[in-house]
Amino acid sequence: MNTPLLEVRNLRVQFPTRRGLLTAVDDVSLTIAPGEVLGVVGESGAGKSLTGAAIIGLLEPPGRIESGEILLNGRRIDNLSPEEFRKIRGREIGAIFQDPLTSLNPLYTIGRQITETILTHLNVTPDEAKQRAIDLLNEVGIPAADKRIDHYPHQFSGGMRQRVVISLALAAQPKLIIADEPTTALDVSIQAQIITLLKKLCREHGTSVMLVTHDMGVIAETADRVAVMYAGRIAEIGPVAEVIHHPQHPYTVGLMGAIPNLGEEVERLTQIDGSMPRLNAIPAGCAFNPRCTRKGEIGARCTTERPSLMNAGKTQAACWLYSEGVATNTTNTPQSVAA
Amino acid sequence: MKSSVLLEVRDVAREFDVSKPWLNRVIEGQPKSILKAVDGVSFTINRGETLSLVGESGCGKSTIARVVCGLYPPTRGAVIFDGVDIAKASVNEQQQLRKRFQMIFQDPYASLNPRWRVGKIIAEPLVSHGIMTDKAEIKKRVDQLLTQVGLSPQDQEKFPHEFSGGQRQRISIARALSSNPEFLVCDEPTSALDVSVQAQILNLMKDLQREFGLTYLFISHNLAVVSHISTRVGVMYLGRLVEMADTKTIFNRPLHPYTQMLLSAIPDLRMTGKQRTPVAGEVPNPLNPPSGCTFHPRCPYANDRCKLEAPKMMVANDGSMVSCHAVEEKRIPIKLVA
Repeated sequence: MNTPLLEVRNLRVQFPTRRGLLTAVDDVSLTIAPGEVLGVVGESGAGKSLTGAAIIGLLEPPGRIESGEILLNGRRIDNLSPEEFRKIRGREIGAIFQDPLTSLNPLYTIGRQITETILTHLNVTPDEAKQRAIDLLNEVGIPAADKRIDHYPHQFSGGMRQRVVISLALAAQPKLIIADEPTTALDVSIQAQIITLLKKLCREHGTSVMLVTHDMGVIAETADRVAVMYAGRIAEIGPVAEVIHHPQHPYTVGLMGAIPNLGEEVERLTQIDGSMPRLNAIPAGCAFNPRCTRKGEIGARCTTERPSLMNAGKTQAACWLYSEGVATNTTNTPQSVAA
Repeated sequence: MKSSVLLEVRDVAREFDVSKPWLNRVIEGQPKSILKAVDGVSFTINRGETLSLVGESGCGKSTIARVVCGLYPPTRGAVIFDGVDIAKASVNEQQQLRKRFQMIFQDPYASLNPRWRVGKIIAEPLVSHGIMTDKAEIKKRVDQLLTQVGLSPQDQEKFPHEFSGGQRQRISIARALSSNPEFLVCDEPTSALDVSVQAQILNLMKDLQREFGLTYLFISHNLAVVSHISTRVGVMYLGRLVEMADTKTIFNRPLHPYTQMLLSAIPDLRMTGKQRTPVAGEVPNPLNPPSGCTFHPRCPYANDRCKLEAPKMMVANDGSMVSCHAVEEKRIPIKLVA
């Protein structure tokens, strides 16, 4: 077993508000191995983006890491000062955000933005930095990179801009990239191009990726493992094929059934009634219990005691169905939804 | 006897003037620039079916929806609803027609008046069309509508901000249903919603269609959603319809190279490991569309004819339509998907 590149232990992110303390990320633990792509999937408000933001040290105040540890290569990074963190950000952890227009400075040419990153983090001359910037733009598939380097962000299309952002994330050769909804703002044909590119580059550079998205299809195409988040907690985590074909947690089962799939004729989609609880009204016990169709099988435990991740099939699920006492129940586990 | 066609869109075009202001044009010596958002689109929708239009951003699918609803007058062509040309109908006739179709918009946060209570929002079509005047009667109808869309009658005293995105979309649907329409135009009704909520709304729409015999024009960029809900599907590219066929045919045996590309670009949830055919390039600027077939710069089968001559729509016996020289000349190997 390799030592993980990134290890998150019991991360809890809270927001103090006038109406009280909101826990947006609640006791999340995960690891990413070198070269691995971990998908983090969930609906809006599940805490997936905040987990990414906490790892890269970009939580917006008043949000703060209440407890837990984040270790990069065995070194704690969650308690670094902003100055110290700035040396890591870009150098060791790169970031790709959803909207390429807001993550590029509209007043600077893209060449200047890329060389700035390179000069900040790597010990090279300005000429070498410029050459490296051109190489990077070539690598991400921008035609005529030596001319395009002097263009401004608004002169690029959405897909091309996202390529520039990827080259910017790779500029200082980080070992980990946090990609927060990198293809959500793009059309499907462009999304396919960007996913293919991201996969190829990460394989070539041996970069690990934490891919945050709400699109299960993108995860299926890209990730090695996937963590399904619900109401700030990890509901299920495991190898991507297992989670998609043999989901164990009732929420994952519902989620997979709710996604319409091409070439499959179903009269009705599986429906999870209700919606995700607000952060100020997370139910006691399992956060999913008011919407869960199987809580009757367990009894009162679901509404009183919060489940931690337990071994379930080939994945881990935070569900009392899989605790030791009721292990016999798992014979009627939900069948594969997507197979 | 009523004909089976409820709505006919005949050679509709819609242009937008996106020129700079007059003074700039004079000083810079630039001509007017006209954006052809929709350029010669024709199709029909039968009673009780769901016709979907799909395409990438800027292909003109939402413009069609708005032209059909009368929110934009077409620059050319006609929209014929139940045998009546909407543009030529008298004001009186138009008002009668308006009751019979309604629209559901994409963003449930923007399409509900934040200062009105839900009851008033839902009752608005009833009042403005003069269908009901009696307050008690209106309240009864609103109660019934809220129940139909899965909300509670007590909710009519609340304001829109008290609801989640999915619940707001239910309110939009209740409002659209209030005047007992036959035809609903749904412009990306689920794209602002999470998947589990999207499933709720899609199921609700299917249930209502069965119950009231509704006809839908469904606009979406999400092919999986479209394959789930539609009877027939039309694929648009740069303001033109490139292919239209019933759902099964278009997803199993796409003819047009653009449809083939779109289908292979969707991330494969079943992880069958099928090879994608990555398509290079992006949608061109609609202000300056390519000559001939507008897809030719990205098309792997393009030849000289495609660059010069715009393909005509070919209609097959089963009613499916495709507009492509390569298909006509049988230059494309037929791909079976799924």
